Amino acid sequence: MAVIVHEDFQFIVQGITGREALNFTRECLQYGSKIIGGVTPGKGGREVYGVPVYDTVREITETQRVDGTIITVPLAFAPDAAYEAIDAGIKEVVIITEGIPRKDASAVVEYAALHGARVIGPNCLGVIVPDVCRFGSLGGPAVDCRKAFKPGVVGVMSRSGGMTTEICNALTLSGLGVSTAISIGGDPVIGSTYVDLIPLFEADEDTKAVVIYAEPGGTAEAELARWTQENNSRLPIVAFVAGRFMDEMPGMSFGHAGTVVNKKVDSPADKMRRMREAGISVAEEIGDIPNLVRERIGN
Amino acid sequence: MRFYEFEAKQLLKKHRIPLVQSELAQTADEAQKLAADIGGPVILKPQAIAPGVAAASMREASDPAGAKAAAAELLGLDDGGRKPNGILVEARPTGEAVYSLSFTYDGTSKRPVVAAADMAGKIDDLGDTHPERIVRRHFSSLYPFSDYIAKELAKSLALEGNDLKRMTRIVSGLARLFLDYDLADLDVTSLVKLGDGNFVVLDVEADLEIEARHRQRPMLDELGFAKEDLRQVREPTEFELEGARIDEEDPRGIISPIAEFDGNIGLVIGAGGGSLTLTDAVRKHGGRPANYAAIGGNPSVDKARRLTKLVLTKPGVDKIAVMSNVVSNTRADLVARGVIKGITELGFEPADKILIFRVPGAWEADAAKILKKYGVEYCDRTVSISEAARRAVEKVG
Repeated sequence: MAVIVHEDFQFIVQGITGREALNFTRECLQYGSKIIGGVTPGKGGREVYGVPVYDTVREITETQRVDGTIITVPLAFAPDAAYEAIDAGIKEVVIITEGIPRKDASAVVEYAALHGARVIGPNCLGVIVPDVCRFGSLGGPAVDCRKAFKPGVVGVMSRSGGMTTEICNALTLSGLGVSTAISIGGDPVIGSTYVDLIPLFEADEDTKAVVIYAEPGGTAEAELARWTQENNSRLPIVAFVAGRFMDEMPGMSFGHAGTVVNKKVDSPADKMRRMREAGISVAEEIGDIPNLVRERIGN
Repeated sequence: MRFYEFEAKQLLKKHRIPLVQSELAQTADEAQKLAADIGGPVILKPQAIAPGVAAASMREASDPAGAKAAAAELLGLDDGGRKPNGILVEARPTGEAVYSLSFTYDGTSKRPVVAAADMAGKIDDLGDTHPERIVRRHFSSLYPFSDYIAKELAKSLALEGNDLKRMTRIVSGLARLFLDYDLADLDVTSLVKLGDGNFVVLDVEADLEIEARHRQRPMLDELGFAKEDLRQVREPTEFELEGARIDEEDPRGIISPIAEFDGNIGLVIGAGGGSLTLTDAVRKHGGRPANYAAIGGNPSVDKARRLTKLVLTKPGVDKIAVMSNVVSNTRADLVARGVIKGITELGFEPADKILIFRVPGAWEADAAKILKKYGVEYCDRTVSISEAARRAVEKVG
């Protein structure tokens, strides 16, 4: 069992000839992921590390099963790339591109919902099921990635790509390991929030607990607290909230685009209070996360 | 990016949203003259960006002399290191009812949403005090706005007859403006129904999506909104401006955001969530960060070198902590090279200036090798973020 991806998961990379895409395509292939094609308009016919490059998504979907796509095209072309993938019938769409205005992100997510597709991101690094499939750029070079992500019992959802790896590294060092980790994205409007994804972990028999990494800004943590209170979930949740210093600096933005304290619900203090009230364990530091998970799952 | 209220009102006016009579004064004398032209009691609003300043500093004046005195006082306010950008002088409408409207994006449904209440105020605050007075409708940024959504909202406010039709026009107009101009938030905190049955907007706040500032350039030009003006809550310092220049001059990697604090520990820290976590960790252990300088996105050696020099030459900073989360795409060895180069160019020994170097992940073996050559200890992934911060704070004393 795994969340979103699986052993036979086949995906493509839109924008495969870009600088960062070349890196993570190589890394994913070394990790064992099945990348069956790439798309860059005007560069059809080339190859990237043995992966054929096409001008359009449909050239690939017409002949092969494509389970997912990683979109890493420049900002101005990102919504179009997503529409192309969704119209070609792809159901799992990871958008790595950063800086997409929320109006465009919102439109893409609505379009995806109408077509039964799921969007992860924008401004994320994708999904990984350790030793099974890496769908995105989490963890860097395969050798480093294997050090940080070992198979285990904890599901991870994080608004920061870098902190996904940091937290999974802590879980791996502690021996708990990771079932599936999802970098959900740091923008104000993202395709899949904690509440959208937690039912997937709920249904995943490998997952015994969930860890979330949160930041100032937005209502996602308040929604998760409400979900936890309303649903009798089998999964204990441990949360870490970064950016507490921002409570003293209203209106200033640090880290990601979604990270700003304008409203009360944006504030780390408010998020921690709501989550604690809902029975979610809130970690004081990253290093405390594994022990809190152990306490909660009685291991 | 926050608009001044006078700018927000220009946008509303262009879209034929009815407004209270309102003019911008740059001097106290102008304010007096505008108050005389308007006649009767007026409201004076300093045009400010820093949170809370504009809302906390509104004044009323019953005559032009009072308006002049109030304007003179308001023009001297501190707006995060700036002076207010003029004073809005407005007629004080006497109405029989007042409403509020708020447009934003709902992160849960991922769609734009309009909320309304039959009282004045910010919908966010009213949500705490009067949740039962608020009605909401989601709409779409994929499809054009349809008037019926506004009509349904007006109906939920229990409006009927001409009131319903007038409110529908205003909400529809604002929704289209919200979408067309890439606004992130639009709050009409006071929409007054006058004695003659017409509605006028009295108070409005609007924020532009910062990521859309390039494609909204024509609108911003029309408002006279300068290109380099990012409407930060306070004026950027020389340190922050130099950091932004270093970032702009080399597209490899990103230094953002960069901010100056008044502590003594120089920070060169990983971007995104890592920088938030690290800053919290330094403070938790009693350290006082001198700055916030998040570097990520696989920066070049040169970018890391220039940032290191900038932080290390900041007055009050003697040593720097170089820390990040376990990196995926940023190369630890390139960061190490840049930091060492920056320090040696300033004529210092890296071992004297680096409190801690904790950048585990991609290319970590190479980073460790480089640091070893200069006698700097390399902390690997077994040293937690919190432990790294603790050691840095302990060393700085």
